[in-house]
Amino acid sequence: MYTPDEMMTVTAARSMRDGMTCFVGIGLPSEAANLARRTHAPELVLIYESGAVGAKPDHVPLSIGDGVLAETADAVVSVPEIFNYWLQPGRIDVGFLGAAQLDRYGNINTTMIGGDYARPAVRLPGSGGAPEIAAACREVVVVLRQSRRTFAERLDFVTSVGFGAGADSRQQLGLSGAGPTLVITDLGVLRPDRDSHELVLTGIYPGISVDQVRDSTGWELAVSPDVTELAPPSPAELAALRRLLASAPAIPTATVPTAGGAAS
Amino acid sequence: MAEIVTLADAIEATVHDGDTVAMEGFTHLIPHAAGHEVIRQRRRDLTLVRMTPDIIYDQLIGAGCARKLVFGWAGNPGVGSLHRFRDAVENAWPNPLELEEHSHAGMANRFVAGASGLPFAVMRGYRGTSLAAHTAGVADISCPFTGEILTAVSALRPDVAVIHAQRADRRGNVQYWGISGVQKEAVLASARSVVTVEEIVDTLAPQPGAVVLPSWTVGFVAAMPGGAHPSYALGYTERDNDFYKAWDEISRDRQRFVAWLDEHVYAAATTTGPATTGRAAVASTGAAARAGAAC
Repeated sequence: MYTPDEMMTVTAARSMRDGMTCFVGIGLPSEAANLARRTHAPELVLIYESGAVGAKPDHVPLSIGDGVLAETADAVVSVPEIFNYWLQPGRIDVGFLGAAQLDRYGNINTTMIGGDYARPAVRLPGSGGAPEIAAACREVVVVLRQSRRTFAERLDFVTSVGFGAGADSRQQLGLSGAGPTLVITDLGVLRPDRDSHELVLTGIYPGISVDQVRDSTGWELAVSPDVTELAPPSPAELAALRRLLASAPAIPTATVPTAGGAAS
Repeated sequence: MAEIVTLADAIEATVHDGDTVAMEGFTHLIPHAAGHEVIRQRRRDLTLVRMTPDIIYDQLIGAGCARKLVFGWAGNPGVGSLHRFRDAVENAWPNPLELEEHSHAGMANRFVAGASGLPFAVMRGYRGTSLAAHTAGVADISCPFTGEILTAVSALRPDVAVIHAQRADRRGNVQYWGISGVQKEAVLASARSVVTVEEIVDTLAPQPGAVVLPSWTVGFVAAMPGGAHPSYALGYTERDNDFYKAWDEISRDRQRFVAWLDEHVYAAATTTGPATTGRAAVASTGAAARAGAAC
């Protein structure tokens, strides 16, 4: 047996190709990237916005600035350098982001929910590195749990741009990367439509129905006619993931979703 | 030339009510002891600048030191919310907190512009986000050569930069290594600066990847072993991840936070603890350094 979170993390890890360069946020993205490095992608290049380029941690770090990242990295650079020399020119293959809320075009909110900006009902951590990761990585993968609250019809704040208003919004805004080509949740995976760039459900996990995913989406969900069931975690993947998490610092249950992002 | 003094004297001399203060250190080398000294000296109406406010600014905000926060990501890394920050923004406790919010890349570039003596930096960023609408100091700019629309962010020029480093020599040259964040830019962008260090040594041995801030770029140096805790100084201390996790509970409740502040910050000035020990240690090294400089 496995949990929905384990299925989500394994799916995220599977999406990483060996040898690719990967800008990793903390939390689930970091767990998935480190799992990939222990399974099918030993040469995955992990880049943390703290300036650790090619980090090879032996456990999942709690923060993006844990000592183990600097000690195992191929290079450690300053924060202006990681953004200006490494991220901005489009050198990084994929950026892995978390989100508190996502809309149908893969735009991300990690700033505030409810009320107005100056006095929000819920204040989230904010943007961190995510806006530029979302803009400049060649591709972006977003990982978050799916519910009507997290998959929102309308965002109170656009922290990081996915496909903007859809269609050719990214080109109009001058964003160089391809945007969120994959969204991984605890129910299944979504990919953008080729033309409208609206997210479409393309894969579901074993035991999950399409109606269940629809009910967990705050807008009328587009579903691919070819929606497929994804393979459950293999015993080897599960064992590697559990070994990895056993080595990680335990995190207390937070009352609000953390921005994740590539945030610290 | 940097003056080697006690931390209390350094903060007294540099941080005044109403100042704009940047305490930098990206997860690593966060100047917590200096932040506590600012709280103890009861500074008010500060504009606090920092890429990731982290626990240190949660404490300063909860202690009532801040009027405004200039930042990029206000969370407890890997743990969750900064509850004192949220309480200030959502409920104006203990004071309303004005926000000037940027991305990390924007903050980093603003420090670079300040350090470079330029009024702004140019980058690709912010386009299509809601940030620009809520944040002064972000504007479209067209490339004079190609006409491409880029983003300008205004320079940061704080009154004071406060950082922590592994070590300094007796002349006040500062050396740090590991994750180096934006501290060099913060010091060079600011009018005044304070550097706390793990130790003061006779000679700075070369260290791979080290950043050196020559003594004449630094205002004050104070020895403060363990002064980054619960952050860390690579090669000297480890990040206290358990404290970061514990902070979630300590900071969630106002009364518990106030009690923590009383016990661990206000009372720490008069009881034994890292701060007092550090200051005692500095008195002698500081005197030695001044004697050395006089020769």
